[in-house]
Amino acid sequence: MSPWEILRFALRGIGANKLRSSLTMLGILIGVAAVILLVAVGNGSAKAISDRIEALGTNTLTVMSTSRGSGGLTMAVAGALDDPVLAPDVASVSPVVSTSATLTYDGSDHEVSAFVGTTPDWFTASNFGVGSGSAFTADDEAQARRVTVIGQTVAEELFPGIDPVGVQVTIGGALFTVVGVLEEKSSSGFQDANDTAVAPISAVRQVIAGYGALSSILVEARGSGMVDTAQSEITTILDRKLPAGSSGTAAYRIQNASQLLETQTETADTFTTLLGAVAAISLLVGGIGITNIMLVTVTERTREIGIRKALGAPRRVILTQFLIEATLLSVIGGGLGVAAAVLGSRFEIVGVRPVIVPSSVVLALGVSILIGLFFGGLPAARAARLRPIDALRYE
Amino acid sequence: MPGSRPVLDVRDVTKVYGEGDTLVRALDGVTLRVDRADYVAIMGSSGSGKSTLMNILGCLDVPSTGAYLIDGVDVGSLSDSQLALVRNRLIGFVFQAFNLIPRTSAVANVELPLAYSGIRSAERRRRAMFALDLVGLADRAGHQPNQLSGGQQQRVAVARALVTEPALLLADEPTGNLDSHATEEVLAVFEDLNAAGRTIVLITHEDEVGARADRLITLFDGRIVS
Repeated sequence: MSPWEILRFALRGIGANKLRSSLTMLGILIGVAAVILLVAVGNGSAKAISDRIEALGTNTLTVMSTSRGSGGLTMAVAGALDDPVLAPDVASVSPVVSTSATLTYDGSDHEVSAFVGTTPDWFTASNFGVGSGSAFTADDEAQARRVTVIGQTVAEELFPGIDPVGVQVTIGGALFTVVGVLEEKSSSGFQDANDTAVAPISAVRQVIAGYGALSSILVEARGSGMVDTAQSEITTILDRKLPAGSSGTAAYRIQNASQLLETQTETADTFTTLLGAVAAISLLVGGIGITNIMLVTVTERTREIGIRKALGAPRRVILTQFLIEATLLSVIGGGLGVAAAVLGSRFEIVGVRPVIVPSSVVLALGVSILIGLFFGGLPAARAARLRPIDALRYE
Repeated sequence: MPGSRPVLDVRDVTKVYGEGDTLVRALDGVTLRVDRADYVAIMGSSGSGKSTLMNILGCLDVPSTGAYLIDGVDVGSLSDSQLALVRNRLIGFVFQAFNLIPRTSAVANVELPLAYSGIRSAERRRRAMFALDLVGLADRAGHQPNQLSGGQQQRVAVARALVTEPALLLADEPTGNLDSHATEEVLAVFEDLNAAGRTIVLITHEDEVGARADRLITLFDGRIVS
C-alpha cells in the first residue's frame, strides 16, 4: 500500500469522526495558545518596563536630599557639581524644584502634580523632547521670564482643539506664556509623565516655590558608559559640600537610572520566569488532556483495528495510518493554537501588550506534537500487535 | 496439483480458554481436512466450538495445541506480515457480527481488502461495485452501516469477503440475518464461487443451508461427531 493511500485512509479516519477530531484539536489548540500567550504577556510587561525606564534617560543621575526642610540641596551645590575639573564626566547639571500647581485658562483649571522649575539642560537630560513650539532658553532662565512648556496631558485637558503655543495661562496666580508642548512620553505606572509643566527655575522660585532647598538635581553623564564614574565624581564633591549628619546618615542620595533599569529588568525577568512556570504547568495539563483524548480515541477503535487486521491489513499499515492521524490532529491543532496566540497577542491583555517569544512557540508546538504522536502512536501500536480476534473482542 | 494437497489441514487442534476451575475446552482434538473446491458446512449447537474453529481457520486466532496448515504451510510458523498476506489474499471471512467499519460507506467497506492488497483506486471501485451488485446492494453503496438493516449489513460483509475472489471463503452464519430470498441469492453466489473452484467453509444452523453443501460436519463439545 502506497504512503499516499495510507494518508487518504488517515484523512478518512479523521473525517469519519468530526466531533472527536475537532475536540482533540481544540484541546491541543488551547494548550499551545495558552503557553505562547502567557509567555508573551510576561515578555511584553518586561519590555514595557524597560521601555519606560529607557524613556527616563539611562545616563542620568538624580541627586536627592534625605533630610527634609532647609539646608539640603541648594543652587550653590548644583553649581559646584558643574565642575569640568573635578567632575569631567558630567555633561550637564539641572537643578530642579518641583511643586504641585493649578493651571487656569479661560475659566477651566487643571492641577498638575509636577510643576517643574529647572534650566534648559533638563530637556535633553530627562529625555523630554519638545513637540510643538520650543523649549525656553538660558536667557529666559536668567531673566526669570514667565514662560512654560506644558505636557501632552495638560495640553489636552486645558486646550482641547486649540494650539496652546503663545497662549497665556495662570499658574499659582501669575501669568505664564506657553512657549511649547512636550512630546508624548510613555509613563511608568502610577504617575502620568505627560501631566506636567516646565518653566525656568528662577521664575518658579519667584512665583511659587520660594528660595528654599531644591527638590533634586538632575545630572547628565557624557555617555551611558560614564554614568558610574560621573556618580563617583559627584559623590566626592557632594561629600565635601554636604557632610553626613551627626548620626552618620548621608545628607543626600543618588538615584542611578541605569541601576534602576537593571533592577527593574531583573524584576521583569523574575516575572517572565514565573509566567513561564505557569505556562509549563498549563502545557503539562494540556499535554495530559491530549494524552487522555488520544488514548480514548485509539482504545475506542481497537475493534476497528481488529477488523482491519482480519481483512489483511499489515501491522505497519495500521500503525502508519494511526500515526498520521495523530500527527495531523496535533499539527493542525498546534498550528491553530499558534494562530490563535498570534491573533490574541495583537490585543492588550490586562493592560500589557504581549510580545511573542519565538522559543515559546517552538516549545509549545514541539511538546504538544510529541505528546500527541506518542500517546496516539503507542496504544495504536499495542492494538496492532494484538491477534485480530482479541482486538475484535476488545470492549 | 489439485486434490493432491488439502487446502485446509487441521491436525489435532485444541483451544483452551481460562485456567484452573474456569478452564473451558472450546476445541478438544479436532482433525479436519478440506480439499480444494470443497463446499463444507459446519453445524452444531451453541457452544459446540464452531466459531472458535472458524476463527482458527481464518487465522484470526491461534490454537492452544496442534497444527493448522493452509496449502501445506504451517500457519504457526508464519510471521505477522505473512499472516496479514494470507488473510488478505487467500481468505474471505464473513463474520456473524458483520464487523463493518462504522461511519464508512458500504462501498468503502467493500474496497478495504482491495486497498490492503494494493489495487488502484479506480479498479477497486469497479470491483467493489460489482461485488455489491452481486449481493443486490448496488443502490446502497453510499450508505453507512448504521443506515442499513441487519440483513443488508450482512450482505455488505459477504460482498467484502467476495471482493478479493479468495481461494477460501469462510462464513460464520452468513445467512443468519437474511430472508429466504436474500439467503437464496447469497447461496447462489457461494455455489458459483464453488463451481469456479473456490473452497467454501460455512457455519450454519439451518438444515436447508447445510444440505446445499457437499459435506456436512457436526461439532459437539469441541469434537467432530460426524
